Amino acid sequence: MVHWSAEEKQLIASVWAKVNVEQCGAEALARLLIVYPWTQRFFDNFGNLSSPTAIVGNPKVRAHGKKVLTSFGEAIKNLDNLKGTYSKLSELHCEKLHVDPENFRLLGDILVIVLAAHFTKDFTPACQATWQKLVGVVAHALAHKYH
Amino acid sequence: MLTAEDKKLIQQTWGKLGGAEEEIGAEALWRMFHSYPPTKTYFPHFDLSPGSDQIRCHGKKVVAALGNAIKNLDNLSQALSELSNLHAYNLRVDPVNFKASRERDGNGDRFLSQCLQVVLATRLGKEYSPEVHSAVDKFMSAVASVLAEKYR
Repeated sequence: MVHWSAEEKQLIASVWAKVNVEQCGAEALARLLIVYPWTQRFFDNFGNLSSPTAIVGNPKVRAHGKKVLTSFGEAIKNLDNLKGTYSKLSELHCEKLHVDPENFRLLGDILVIVLAAHFTKDFTPACQATWQKLVGVVAHALAHKYH
Repeated sequence: MLTAEDKKLIQQTWGKLGGAEEEIGAEALWRMFHSYPPTKTYFPHFDLSPGSDQIRCHGKKVVAALGNAIKNLDNLSQALSELSNLHAYNLRVDPVNFKASRERDGNGDRFLSQCLQVVLATRLGKEYSPEVHSAVDKFMSAVASVLAEKYR
């Protein structure tokens, strides 16, 4: 089980309280598809992904980004049981969606950059370290049921 | 592959840093040491406390090298040749530490690239657009490839 210090929990909560989940989720997913274009392979039915502008404006990307980040919010409510929280999602990503877990790490790093751009100097080194840890353990939990 | 547009964006972005390159280098290293503690194993001889002169100095070196690479985007291999030798034969830093996420191997992490990008994002905010983000990520990936070229 992952240990979270009081300071880490505080840094997670204080950042999360100010995150617009819909906006941030949409942006993170859009950036994933733009910066790592091969990830578009999972979204053939999303319509127009032909340019950064198209991707950012794509309503399916926005909706899915919101879904993904909402799920992330669940992780934050259950920091002491991430593997349990993500057990079903992990199975889904493996058995139905066939997503290489490397993609979770890519998205995690992108999320950190989105937060950095949003919070600018308030996204301190301590904040980043905590969030890098968080996205790392979320990625690990999502990969846990892979076989 | 860096497109002409990528190169333009990278040069423009670097131009916006307004002389803060030194601080940016130091901050990127500091963030790397905090987010990825194993990276400290390469600096046992450094004072790693806040405001350390050695971190500042080394950050400046790193950023100067990147700045030089940015002036020579059409020939990164040559521009970074000395550094490539240094990393391969002297420093032998495990490439995982500077590889960017485009490198697909079992341990494709991207510590310095990630931290540098976070610093740029905190300073540029919205200007660190998806297009800029993509260009910088590709650039750091290309730099990492060159640095790891002579490892074996």
